[in-house]
Amino acid sequence: MLYREALNKALDETMAMDGNVVVLGEDVGLYGGSYRVTEGLVAKYGEARLIDTPIAELSIVGNAVGMAIGGLCPVAEIMTANFALLAFDQIINHMAKLHYMSAGKITLPMVVRFPQGVSKQLAAQHSESYEQMLAAVPGLVVLAASDVNYAYHALKYAILRDDPVIFIEHELLYNKKGEVDLNADIDPLKARIVKEGKDVTIVSYLKMVDDVMKAIPAIEEKLGISCEVIDLCSLNPVDYATLEASLKKTGRIVMVEEDHKTGGYGAQIVSWAAEEMFYSLDAPPLRIAGEDIPVPYNRQLELASIPTPDSITAQIVAWGEKHGA
Amino acid sequence: MKPDKLTAEEIYYLMVLGRQFEYAAKEHYMQGEISGFLHLDIGQEALSVAAMKAFEKGDVFSTYREHVMAMARGIEPKAVMAELFGKATGVSEGKGGSMHLFDPSHFFYGGDAIVGGHIPNAVGCAYARKFQGDLSGVMVVFGDGATNGGAFFESLNIASAQKLPLLFLCENNQYAIGTKITRVAPFETQSKKADPYMRTVDVDGMDALAVYEAVREAQHYIEEGHGPVFVEAMTCRYEGHSISDANTYRSEQEMTLCKQKDPIAKLKAQLLSEFGTTQAHIEALEAKARSAVDEAVAFASQSPEPPLEARFDHLFEEGGDHAL
Repeated sequence: MLYREALNKALDETMAMDGNVVVLGEDVGLYGGSYRVTEGLVAKYGEARLIDTPIAELSIVGNAVGMAIGGLCPVAEIMTANFALLAFDQIINHMAKLHYMSAGKITLPMVVRFPQGVSKQLAAQHSESYEQMLAAVPGLVVLAASDVNYAYHALKYAILRDDPVIFIEHELLYNKKGEVDLNADIDPLKARIVKEGKDVTIVSYLKMVDDVMKAIPAIEEKLGISCEVIDLCSLNPVDYATLEASLKKTGRIVMVEEDHKTGGYGAQIVSWAAEEMFYSLDAPPLRIAGEDIPVPYNRQLELASIPTPDSITAQIVAWGEKHGA
Repeated sequence: MKPDKLTAEEIYYLMVLGRQFEYAAKEHYMQGEISGFLHLDIGQEALSVAAMKAFEKGDVFSTYREHVMAMARGIEPKAVMAELFGKATGVSEGKGGSMHLFDPSHFFYGGDAIVGGHIPNAVGCAYARKFQGDLSGVMVVFGDGATNGGAFFESLNIASAQKLPLLFLCENNQYAIGTKITRVAPFETQSKKADPYMRTVDVDGMDALAVYEAVREAQHYIEEGHGPVFVEAMTCRYEGHSISDANTYRSEQEMTLCKQKDPIAKLKAQLLSEFGTTQAHIEALEAKARSAVDEAVAFASQSPEPPLEARFDHLFEEGGDHAL
């Protein structure tokens, strides 16, 4: 099954299960979604539950908040992360805070999903990542799906949970293939150990997990070590217990993210490691991240501005040689 | 005011150039030399070219479907094609691509890929021009889809309250990607939204002469200090929203009806019948357009890639503080 099909299946099943689940966004209905995530759903559930909206992101999320107050379970799709910026007032001032400000009297069982990241030459207004901002907002659950099976289970969880969830996808993952284990017992808030190892813990999420996995054979061969790869999955709350257990074993942490390095999400993970795991660390942490520039259009410039399997390998090998990994 | 013969012929040349350019862009996209999003303007050339020619004195803010407008504004086809190829010689030096063409020397400020996001910028620029005592005006071009967003309504209000020299030009092709405007707005003509705030004008966007006349009159009205005008041009894009859109949501019949109003064929007939342009001259203009496109493609493909270190340029203005 493809990643986008897994998301579709999660939507389909929750919509079948609960008549209050509605989907809204630009081109989600008759068109089937810009990335075909909602394909076929309008035929099954009708236009009242697959709501084609105008290009009005503030209203897409703002209306979803109101729908949730009114008793529905909205799943809002924003076409791409950069467009979600138009809805940040609604996400941060309303979606994230109403439950708290009302002392729990208002519940918002809603999801806002969007893809983000560098695809291929979509330029600076269509290539960014905003998990660092959203994970910093108390009151939001922020999930990032890198894996097909996780995408299916986590989206179902997000829709069925009675709290506002930001569900982040990646532009380049929609056609990723994988198996969905319908009976898997998955806790979407728990980090996923993608590969076990004993010498270095590499932490990542979203598409960078795949790039890290591509880099692993070369890293392990050049440094003669074994790496443990962890997919965070949930960016808020963070499953620190899984990270802690891994770091106690390896004593070394590398954080890989696509997002701009300054203020990037990985800073939180590395800061936690410095604060809480200092005496378990045998080397300074390494952060591999996107450069602090808007994403350029030209393909070579674009690839130079973000981590790739080659640059991940080069940076980890250089760091490993310097610090005796 | 209708264009004079020379201007009408220039508009025709630019429309043919625009269409040939877009077909070439499509071809080179298929060959992998252009990437990312590519929004073709085929079918909408009357609007894109005639509006720019009629508004020659003012500033222009546009959308991501702007190759033809950029060229009508005076930006060299070579520099536009090279940008599509991501080359160092492109108008944005390979950093912007198809959706982000900027050239202040031609008073062309993009090339914005956030729907409606550039409208408040145009309002601000109109404020600056009024502040400077220049009423040539600012023209902001946007699609029907953008008129459903908050930025649009806020801009109508501010531009009208401040009597700003701003021309709102709505390129109404009836579709926001695959969603027909009437499914998400209560009417087909979006000028109704601007009606309480300012003078509104509806024009056939497939008729270059009519567009020229409407924009020219609007600019004149703005220059007289009456404040903003809203011009809506009904038009039709022949291709999908972008190159990755298969355009399956419009019937063959709808597409046929739309292509019957072809703006290039229409202007050609008008040139022959109303302006006394000869068939031979029309053919010469067409040949000139074709060779300009061939040159642009050759230039783009032979141009160098930007050096890798160029990605760190232009994050901030070189040379520090303008007030020092």
